Amino acid sequence: MTDTLTPPTTPNPPVRQSLPGRAWALVRNTWRGLTSMRTALVLLFLLALAAIPGALLPQRSLNTQKVEQYIADRPTLGPWMDRFELFDVFGSFWFTAIYVLLFISLVGCILPRCWDHYRALRTPPVPTPRNLGRLPHHFSETVDRDADAVVEQARGQLRGWRTEVRPGKRDGEVTLSAEKGYLREFGNLVFHLSLVGLLASIALGKLFGYEGNVIVIADNGAGFCTTSPAVFDSFRAGNVNDGTGMTPLCVRVKDFKADYLPTGQAEMFTSNVEYQAGEDLSTDTWRSTELRVNHPLRVAGDRVYLQGHGFAPTFTVTFPNGQTRTETIQWRPDDARTFLSSGVLRIDPPGGMYATDEERRQNQIAIEGLFAPTALFHGSLLTSSFPTMDDPAVAVDIYRGNTGLDTGRSQSLFSLDPEMIKQGRLTKEARVNLRPGESTTLPSGAKVTFDGAKEFVNLQVSHDPAQQWVLVSALTMMAGLLVSLLVKRRRIWIRAYPAESGAGTVDQRRTVVEMGGLARSDQAGWGGEFDRLRARVLDAETEN
Amino acid sequence: MPIDETVARYSDFAFMSAMAIYALALVLLLVQYASARANKVAERELVTAGAPVDPSLPGRIETPAAKPTSERLGNMAFAVLLVGALLHVGSIVLRGFATHRFPLGNMYEFTTMATAAAVVIGLYFLRDQRYRSMWVFLLVPVLILMFLAGTVLYADAAPVVPALRSFWLPIHVTIVSIGSGVFLVSGVASLLYLYRMRQPAGAESNSIFGTIARRLPDARTLDQLAYKTTIIGFPLFGAGVILGAIWAEAAWGRFWGWDPKETCSFIAWVLYAAYLHARATSGWRDTKAAWINIAGFVAMLFNLFIINMVISGLHSYAGLN
Repeated sequence: MTDTLTPPTTPNPPVRQSLPGRAWALVRNTWRGLTSMRTALVLLFLLALAAIPGALLPQRSLNTQKVEQYIADRPTLGPWMDRFELFDVFGSFWFTAIYVLLFISLVGCILPRCWDHYRALRTPPVPTPRNLGRLPHHFSETVDRDADAVVEQARGQLRGWRTEVRPGKRDGEVTLSAEKGYLREFGNLVFHLSLVGLLASIALGKLFGYEGNVIVIADNGAGFCTTSPAVFDSFRAGNVNDGTGMTPLCVRVKDFKADYLPTGQAEMFTSNVEYQAGEDLSTDTWRSTELRVNHPLRVAGDRVYLQGHGFAPTFTVTFPNGQTRTETIQWRPDDARTFLSSGVLRIDPPGGMYATDEERRQNQIAIEGLFAPTALFHGSLLTSSFPTMDDPAVAVDIYRGNTGLDTGRSQSLFSLDPEMIKQGRLTKEARVNLRPGESTTLPSGAKVTFDGAKEFVNLQVSHDPAQQWVLVSALTMMAGLLVSLLVKRRRIWIRAYPAESGAGTVDQRRTVVEMGGLARSDQAGWGGEFDRLRARVLDAETEN
Repeated sequence: MPIDETVARYSDFAFMSAMAIYALALVLLLVQYASARANKVAERELVTAGAPVDPSLPGRIETPAAKPTSERLGNMAFAVLLVGALLHVGSIVLRGFATHRFPLGNMYEFTTMATAAAVVIGLYFLRDQRYRSMWVFLLVPVLILMFLAGTVLYADAAPVVPALRSFWLPIHVTIVSIGSGVFLVSGVASLLYLYRMRQPAGAESNSIFGTIARRLPDARTLDQLAYKTTIIGFPLFGAGVILGAIWAEAAWGRFWGWDPKETCSFIAWVLYAAYLHARATSGWRDTKAAWINIAGFVAMLFNLFIINMVISGLHSYAGLN
């Protein structure tokens, strides 16, 4: 470069990969990063961290009312928390993102390891390292036998180990490599693959499953059949389940019995039911069974649970022209200990009593109030003292007018629409306490009789087609875990060569035996087994 | 079936006695701990005493070197502990006879079982002389938990609610409470390990912290103890959760519903899984792994106390109304 006029040559730019090459490198590096143990650890942490609000905050899946209350109490923060799905943690976008990434990382880590393990099973144990003295477990001694015999005997002692005998570098040297504990990695792989299976079967169950709750009065009445979601009082179904094609099932409830201790603590809830499923539906055969807490009915792959109970008061209204209407409807138990319940019973006047529908609508009768299974009056205030129906009574307000069921506005099953009362379209005609058989006559002439109460049960029908696979996955997971934690992967090497006697001459009868051991897995306390093996393999020979 | 009041009283008495005996053992262990100088001397003596005696010398009767006071105290404490553990287990068995059911129906009974498991696991894993100093640190949380069980959490012997009347109760709760006890031992070992990492063997500071550390096993031993106990606790607790899910499927209509207790068990299990993974990841093996183990134990404690007593869920069987 003598010519100063030539501009200085710029150094060659580094070879840039082509765009697809760079894209591929990015994908490859991301994949490597994602499937590294470090990432898996961070994701495990995030998973634990992300689940914390699920335990501390009220969750919609468990109790919607609590969530509503929580948000109502925090008018500014609440809606924001809701926006970040803090009340639906386990279905939220961030929780899903974490576990999906974790499972991708897991699969990306496990599949190559499966292949590695398969290859490891087909390769003989690694050759003996040069310096056995460097291994954590090491032993050496001289015996009066030749090298081949030593190694052959050692091989005989190492039953259950994978062994490989190779000639050594020295003249007359024989080495033995032995390895055991391949099951550890196998168990580890089974554990992680079952984890994937567990997630997949839970997901399948959630997609195709459904769950419905229905209240049935325990008087051997019509019961219900799983014909459509409308049969149920509440119905939750998976995303691909539209409510058709439910497992055909009919249930009717004969009776219900609750046993209590004198303290009022519940002992057991029992209900006798009859059911039809499968073949029985076409032949109209009813089979009876007993439902109890912890003892659901398992039929046709579905389960029927006894999940709750309560009281359904019966009232009869005798209209001035002598016609009667009798109805029984569930009231909501407000106090879990005494079963003081509240609710409302709405009765339409019989057809033909009034000239027009409009007039008929003006004369509907609504009975709203409290029911106590064992009545206790403080003056005229009704409470309940015990949860069994020993001395039932009701304290009710009786209204006449338009209950508002035809207005199209939704209203609670257990309370009247306060708007109808406020507007004066529903007027209070009486406030009375009644025991069974007692009645009161309204100013309009109708007589309201309290006939007593029946028990109702809350039944849940659950359908989860993948549930048994969840169980199978969980069990194989535990088996894999146990194997991977209990089995130790360890290697042993033995090198035997003729001992030198004196000035460099080889003594063919005396053999130096070196033995080294290495536990490959993170396992404390392997020294014991090494010493026992040494005793079996070497000391046994010294005695010969 | 009625409660047998007399047997229930015996059970309470056994529980109180077990606590008192543990306290006595703790005092003995503390005295042993404090007499550390004797320990050092003793080690030197033991070396000479352990030297092989020439059998060709007849008529010489070797008087074995007298065991140092601290070692004898430690052995006494260990024997006392055994008696305490027997009474502890006895109180659980008597409670079962008093109530005619499996004695794991409320938090008092659960905590009693978990602490008994911790002591029994300790008696097995910490039976060696070199672990003796660890007992001080294990007995303190055990005594605190037992004190809480006997006062705040105490519930009179009584039958359980219908959902608990199942053969799954003994299976599920026993396994979970034993798992909790194992994790207690593991958590204590990890805490001491972290402490020992700051005061490594042979390089302890001259302050009181160094003196305390000098009596402890070295960091490696503590770490291995934490790992050995966790690999027992982890599958046990995992099995407990799975059996709980099987029971929940029969009792509540679903095998998993993210009930607060289930969520918190999930968190604890994930943390312990992270601990086992950290043990196999370079750069995480030592202090970080120990911290994760402690976090796992904190999650277990949170699960037992906060979830049962503050947050209402299906597992609110504390019996503390």
